[in-house]
Amino acid sequence: MKSEVPDKEQAISGIALCKAFRRTSGENIQALEQVSLNIHHGTLAALVGPDGAGKTTLLRMAAGLIAPDSGKLEVLGINVTADPQQIQSRISYMPQKFGLYEDLSVQENLDLYADLHGVTPDAKRLRYAQLMQMTDLGSFANRLAGRLSGGMKQKLGLACTLVRSPELLLLDEPTVGVDPLSRRELWEIILRLVRDENLTVLLSTAYLDEAERCGHVVVLNQGKVLVQGPPGEVTKLANGRVFLVEPPEGQPARNLQAQCFDEPGIADAVPEGGLVRVVLMPGMKASLGSIGCLTAGLDVQPTPARFEDGFMLLLHQQGNKAAPVSPGTVRQTPLADKDRCEIIIEVHDLVKRFGAFTAVDHISFEVCRGEIFGLLGPNGAGKTTTFRMLCGLLAATSGTLRVAGEDLRVARASARQRIGYVAQKFALYGQLSVIENLEFFASAYGLRGRRKRDRIDWALQDFELSELVKLPSGQLPGGYKQRLAMAAALLHEPEILFLDEPTSGADPLARREFWQRITLFAEQGVTVIVTTHFMEEAEYCDRALIQDAGRLLARGTPAEIRLLADSRGGQRPSMEDAFIAIVEKAREKASTLAMGVA
Amino acid sequence: MFESLLRILALTRKEFLVVLKDPRSRISLFVPPIIQCLIFGYAASYDLSNVPYAVLDQDRSFASAQLLSQLDGSGVFLRVGNLSNVKEIEAIIDDKKALLVLQIGQNFERNLLMGLTAPVQLIVDGRNSNTAAIASSYISTEVATFNAQWRAGHGEAKMPVRSITRAWYNPNLESRWFMVPGMIATLTLLQTLILTAMSVAREREHGTFDQLLVTPFSPTEIMVGKALTPITIGLGQATGVLLVAQLWFHIPFAGSFLTLYLCLGIFLFAIIGIGLLVSSISANMQQAMLYSFVLMLPIILLSGFMTPISTMPRGFQYVTLFNPLRHAIRCVQRVFLEGAGIELLIPDLWPMLLIGMVTLPAAAWMFRHRFA
Amino acid sequence: MKHARAAGYDPISSRLRRIGALVRKESRQMLRDPSTVLIGIVMPALLILIFGYGLSLDVKNVPIAVVLEHRSQEADEIAAGFSLSPYFKATVLTSMPQAQQLMNQRKVDGIVRIRQNFSHQIASNNADIQVLVHGSDANYARIVQGYALGAIGQSFLRKKMEGVVINDGPVIVQSQTWFNKNNDSHYFLVPGLIVLIMTLIGALLTALLMAREWEQGTLEAIFVTPVRVGEILLGKIIPYFCLGVIGLALCIMAAKFLFNVPLRGSTSLLAGASMLYLLVTLGMGLLISAATKNQFLASQIAIIVSYLPAMMLSGFLFDIRSMPVALRVITLVLPARYYNELLQTIFLAGNIWPIIIPDLMVVGAMAIALLWLARIKTKKKLG
Repeated sequence: MKSEVPDKEQAISGIALCKAFRRTSGENIQALEQVSLNIHHGTLAALVGPDGAGKTTLLRMAAGLIAPDSGKLEVLGINVTADPQQIQSRISYMPQKFGLYEDLSVQENLDLYADLHGVTPDAKRLRYAQLMQMTDLGSFANRLAGRLSGGMKQKLGLACTLVRSPELLLLDEPTVGVDPLSRRELWEIILRLVRDENLTVLLSTAYLDEAERCGHVVVLNQGKVLVQGPPGEVTKLANGRVFLVEPPEGQPARNLQAQCFDEPGIADAVPEGGLVRVVLMPGMKASLGSIGCLTAGLDVQPTPARFEDGFMLLLHQQGNKAAPVSPGTVRQTPLADKDRCEIIIEVHDLVKRFGAFTAVDHISFEVCRGEIFGLLGPNGAGKTTTFRMLCGLLAATSGTLRVAGEDLRVARASARQRIGYVAQKFALYGQLSVIENLEFFASAYGLRGRRKRDRIDWALQDFELSELVKLPSGQLPGGYKQRLAMAAALLHEPEILFLDEPTSGADPLARREFWQRITLFAEQGVTVIVTTHFMEEAEYCDRALIQDAGRLLARGTPAEIRLLADSRGGQRPSMEDAFIAIVEKAREKASTLAMGVA
Repeated sequence: MFESLLRILALTRKEFLVVLKDPRSRISLFVPPIIQCLIFGYAASYDLSNVPYAVLDQDRSFASAQLLSQLDGSGVFLRVGNLSNVKEIEAIIDDKKALLVLQIGQNFERNLLMGLTAPVQLIVDGRNSNTAAIASSYISTEVATFNAQWRAGHGEAKMPVRSITRAWYNPNLESRWFMVPGMIATLTLLQTLILTAMSVAREREHGTFDQLLVTPFSPTEIMVGKALTPITIGLGQATGVLLVAQLWFHIPFAGSFLTLYLCLGIFLFAIIGIGLLVSSISANMQQAMLYSFVLMLPIILLSGFMTPISTMPRGFQYVTLFNPLRHAIRCVQRVFLEGAGIELLIPDLWPMLLIGMVTLPAAAWMFRHRFA
Repeated sequence: MKHARAAGYDPISSRLRRIGALVRKESRQMLRDPSTVLIGIVMPALLILIFGYGLSLDVKNVPIAVVLEHRSQEADEIAAGFSLSPYFKATVLTSMPQAQQLMNQRKVDGIVRIRQNFSHQIASNNADIQVLVHGSDANYARIVQGYALGAIGQSFLRKKMEGVVINDGPVIVQSQTWFNKNNDSHYFLVPGLIVLIMTLIGALLTALLMAREWEQGTLEAIFVTPVRVGEILLGKIIPYFCLGVIGLALCIMAAKFLFNVPLRGSTSLLAGASMLYLLVTLGMGLLISAATKNQFLASQIAIIVSYLPAMMLSGFLFDIRSMPVALRVITLVLPARYYNELLQTIFLAGNIWPIIIPDLMVVGAMAIALLWLARIKTKKKLG
């Protein structure tokens, strides 16, 4: 039984915390409900849970930025409501959207936080060297923060948070939008701090493999704690229920995955290394054969459970499962012939320079109609720049590009009718409600009358936005914002869909739902170009290319890309391993080349 | 064409929602112009009343008392002190207790009775020289009246020449008749310019501008859609101020409302062109705001609203020709007070049209090329 | 040991270091953003130019039509009087309709009409001269009217010296304007300009910049550091205070050297009063931003509560004593009113303590109250 008095020995000790917010549309949202938790000194703890679970609220509360409505929270033995300043003086906190000063340079941002935290000049020198090395920001020290790519900003935010060793470190989704390489580096920094300085860390994350590395996990759902304890306790739930299934010959794994995902007996299904990983619901193990998608003849192998499997199972039991996506919602006719490639996007020798800086360096590729095409690469590789050129938002320095036969920068406005674009940052009108946004974009794309109504109804239904129609879109929970952005870009049934990091910051559930929808579109002949930092998501793509420092490093199907990487010990390398290997190899080559020149 | 119209309509609707959805910004758009009109309608007047004055009457005669009662009865002057000593003058002026001191010399009545001229000394606080000049002209008027009465009462000859003065369009020369119509244009300008300048900058800052650019909107359609909203809001604000002018201040309206709204429409067209141009060169909302504000100052100061254009040096007078507010204020005042028809206003209308026709395409060009 | 510094002990030196860091950050941002430089330097220069050279309430060269329906020596002399006067640019016409047309086109601002039987009337001591002014700008019209009457009077005064018996008076007003002998309108426009510039830099700029930090979420990370709210505010106040002082120096130099406005009081008193007022406007700006946390609203409110009253209700252009009681009461809470009075007095009248001391006390009290309110309203809290 938990005691009624917070435990002074804990770094964070909360009892029955409650917090409600009032939306502008009137209703009250219970962000936290009777949350009790204990984080020991020296622990690395993770908060996981779907969007709107209350992770950010809890972290802000621990940072003394929000007062609980009821309950008691002590951080480092100090009551947050009584003396937030003392807590704030002793901890470090990285908010989800780290507010860098964009018109200050990297160095100036770091200096500001170092001085605010009272770091002595000697300590500063030491720390900076470490941070610069860890974050790779050394060569950008004089660049304005506003000119950094999204991922580099995130790294700088973390560096600003780590200018000194605090007694407690709070990180709100520190790795959102960060590429796998940097993510690995960031984790090395965090782990080293925990190991060497016995730091206590509480972080929230959407990457479940990260949660697996923590000593303590708190699973939140709709403001309540589902489970807390070592991650093994969650993993344990899925023990013996996880299988790898080989898809039928000649079929992409994502088709089988989509089928399995809708099965009631299956808690989770994801493509993995050309296979499909399925997690069975409790009680289904005995009747493996009774599950529709696993028809006889498919090779089904048991595999050890991961944290993610247990987590999905847990959520599934709570009634959180992605609703099946209704088919037949997109007008495009399915491809008659899957094997013939009808080129719809053609990029040849594309170059983009910003002053002396080359963002895109002689890139060429083609995309076939009905294909899901992935653009992968570390932060600052030039993916977003390539995207913006394709959409006609940016003029190319040289090279040609054709989207559905036209260069959108010079084409008539009506040519843009054929594409849909979802930007990296949520870019709909925040003050307008969900329905107002949809109505505006429907009209912008020339929909009217009955068809407009039908399409909006479809969007509300399909993206489960019906209950939120009147809410200003800026106040939607993160995952719903993404849905709305997708819905707005799909209203006019575009032939080609450009998605710039559509799943960044989305919870695992939302991501699966998203890919299910994308798979369906592709089946109906929509071409999808997508960038992502979740390498396992590249498995959903037909083909992908890897880009770094503006240059093309690899191109091909996921299987081909995996092959390019060294296979370790005969194991199938994961997409993430392959990606890291390819980028690191290219960077090594570039640096030896540079040294040779010098 | 029809498609294009529907798109523009959708954009206009959206713009309205963005601006008017938040109750705070709704209030901030419609309440301040009306309150400002009420307050400034009373405040913005060069007419004086309750002018505090002090008297140093060294004569203490029947005539001096008569002169003073003439002043006290005028309704303009308020006697705040009777001095007994020249030394007191300095203190009462310095401390701003009195705006002016009237010193009546010892032989005032004797001189008058002897048919000589009788000087009185007037000391005016010149810290605001405009107020000082007006106050002393009021005194002159009162003294002239006193003189006429004195002559009549003492059988002296009348002045051989009488000046008969009349003022056209504003017989009692009330500042308010000039200021309040001018405010219709000025108060409308204040917010529409910023609103327009912010509209694109806001989209840019929030990343929605890209989203707009990948839709089938052409730059012209975006411009038109973005212009319609502030024009409508501007006309709404102007109507509010107009109602205050009519119903509260009862400023006579001699012209036609159609002409007035036509002028305001053309004026807003020019302002919105300038606003969109500012918007197209600003990287964020802060810049849009500050640029338009810095632009707004000379527009208001050099409009003839607070100080007449004709007293400016020649060079500045030419500069004001590029100021849409100068033309707008002239148009509104002329429609209001003179009842001027459209044909008389053409010299002021075409410069505004020209300003709009230059700035709008320039803004469209900037939108297209800024981030190229 | 590790927790020693956490025991609530916060040495002055670390407070100063934090404030220094924030001031450095703010100054860098200020210098890098062209729009702040614009407000801090270009705008004062622009206003000095406009107020100093452009605006004037001194009426000169008024275009006027002199209609001589009848030619006689007397009539010609009156016309000559207008032609010679520095205040008028006279066009001599012979028929009234012509003049009326000019007036309708606003080519002239007034008409002086000398009727057909003028010399006849003069002989019988009963002559009329009509003075018509375009009344739409009442103040201007009144000045034109006064000058016109003066010009007519002058031409008769000349006659008097030629021995013609014309009575004027008997009471003659001998007027002298203290503090501004030549009625130079720069004398009050330039101090008024300083009021405007100090108000803009203080209130508008800080309201906008602080609201921007709230809106962009840059404060969230800053909050969770040892920094105190007061230090954050000081970090904003100090750089913009310096910017305001630069603007002030520009204005005072322009007043002294370009426009020769006398500075009869002491310079240090002027500087002190201005700095106090700058604190008032900074406090106002910070309070507005804390209350709105939104750039658009903050700037609108800043314009409405600080800039417009400074222009219209401070007594800088329009005489407060002539306003209705309700408005006079409103002006009592406007800091610009006291600052304007201080400036006009220190510049033109000198160190008049009975005015300066109470005004300084009011401005000082307002500065303390506004800064205190801003400090109370700014909380290290979200949502």
